[in-house]
Amino acid sequence: MADKATIRVFRGNEDGGEFKEYEVETYTGMVVLDAIHEIQAKQAPDLAVRWNCKAGRCGSCSAEVNGKPRLLCMTRMSHFAEGEAINVTPMRTFPIIKDLVTDVSWNYEMAKKIPEFKPRPRDADGHWRMQQYDIDRIQEFRKCIECFMCQNVCHVLRDHDKKKEFAGPRFFIHLATLEMHPLDTLDRRQMMKDDFGLGLCNITRCCTEVCPEHIQITDNGIIPMKERVADDFYDPVRWLLARFGGKKKKSLPIVQSTGDAGEDTHKTKKPKKTA
Amino acid sequence: MANRVVRLPLVGTGLGATLRKDNWWIGPAVTFAVLSSFIAYATFRAFENNFFSYGPYLSPFYSPYIESKGFGISFLSPAMLILPGPASFRFTCYYYRKAYYRAFAMDPPACAVGERNPEKYNGERKLLLFQNLHRFAMYVAVLFLVFLWHDFYKSLSFDGHFGLGLGSLVLLTNCVLLSGYTFGCHSFRHLIGGSVDSFSTAPFGKLRHSLWNLVTKLNGNHMAFAWSSLFGVALTDLYIRMVASGAIHDIRFL
Repeated sequence: MADKATIRVFRGNEDGGEFKEYEVETYTGMVVLDAIHEIQAKQAPDLAVRWNCKAGRCGSCSAEVNGKPRLLCMTRMSHFAEGEAINVTPMRTFPIIKDLVTDVSWNYEMAKKIPEFKPRPRDADGHWRMQQYDIDRIQEFRKCIECFMCQNVCHVLRDHDKKKEFAGPRFFIHLATLEMHPLDTLDRRQMMKDDFGLGLCNITRCCTEVCPEHIQITDNGIIPMKERVADDFYDPVRWLLARFGGKKKKSLPIVQSTGDAGEDTHKTKKPKKTA
Repeated sequence: MANRVVRLPLVGTGLGATLRKDNWWIGPAVTFAVLSSFIAYATFRAFENNFFSYGPYLSPFYSPYIESKGFGISFLSPAMLILPGPASFRFTCYYYRKAYYRAFAMDPPACAVGERNPEKYNGERKLLLFQNLHRFAMYVAVLFLVFLWHDFYKSLSFDGHFGLGLGSLVLLTNCVLLSGYTFGCHSFRHLIGGSVDSFSTAPFGKLRHSLWNLVTKLNGNHMAFAWSSLFGVALTDLYIRMVASGAIHDIRFL
């Protein structure tokens, strides 16, 4: 590892900005966030960066290093070639507040729009029962640390800016957690299709590639949800069976939204009785 | 401030705009070259309408064999009648969608790399809505597998006697790879158990959970099976073509 490294940090705000170059001394085990702190401490005290745990658990220090979304605290300086200038920029998908800090509040607004977990009534003895193998799948999704790097890299949000009609990968795995939960009693498929824009995802898997928790967002979350939506809306055989064969669709209250993903009003509708 | 888009001023917009320093273009370039070559080879073989069988061996491009002369179209070959089946399975496959959206549509060409016409995008909602019918292509692919395994079984019979040639092993390898690819399909995974919320209370829940686990393991290698089975089909056809045309001789072990 080099004794000194050159870090080019984006300095600016929503009105514009530029790269500023800093030189820092490096040491074994140093991560990019250490370098940023070094700059903050000795060269640019007004440099803004969001961080908290410095252990890859809180998801606060998401940014882009050499154009790739990364947690600054989990990116070692030894990862880069000696003498290579390291570019550190804020997440591109979200509005810049200052330097490396972006406004990710859109995600929190989106989270509010998802109808919450609604479990079935408890058993007669007052307990809920489920087996471990019923919830193995969704425990993978619970590893999410909400770093929003998947939202940042998703081209539907990043390049196409479909924030009004698309929830993004983080919330698709949240929806998958609820939909696959053995105790949950709501059917959010129509909402996923109409309001959260599941059909906008063209499964190019960048969300999975950048996930620091290695959650298989696409294979285990988004695609199973696409298949469930296909069950209800794009499978003519199932439709015919439900219409004429008496096969019941999932008999849960269907959640319907009254507007796009920009509104947080939603209502539940009892399923139509089929023969 | 929420929902106000401020583009990072240091990155341009448009195709290829990125701050990435790695060779991000290699992946889509290789995908483009391999898939284009396969399409060109399959098209050539479908039009060639020759050298597709030798002894008990039948090329997977021509299996199941359907006589095409009765249709009254001079250039129509048996391969053209059946290839839309497996082609539709691969075209709507969740893995290949990623591959060709990146390599051909460049939407996006790679992660965190700019793309063409960012203002025009409908995902899989309008023109590509048919991708939701992947499960039907999967049903067809399973049917084709039955024919291909039957072809392997037939390849063990030389003039009514049991035998084993290199061609038999080639056909077997092709069947194994295609089975790994087909039964690791996301739609198959959904069919076998992915749609169940509570395995412990669903009918045949434990059995479905076990099967779902098996399919999940195959699904974890779906990309590897997608590529190896693609090469497998092409190389199996090439082997039979070379044997049938006399370019090489089949090796008999038994």
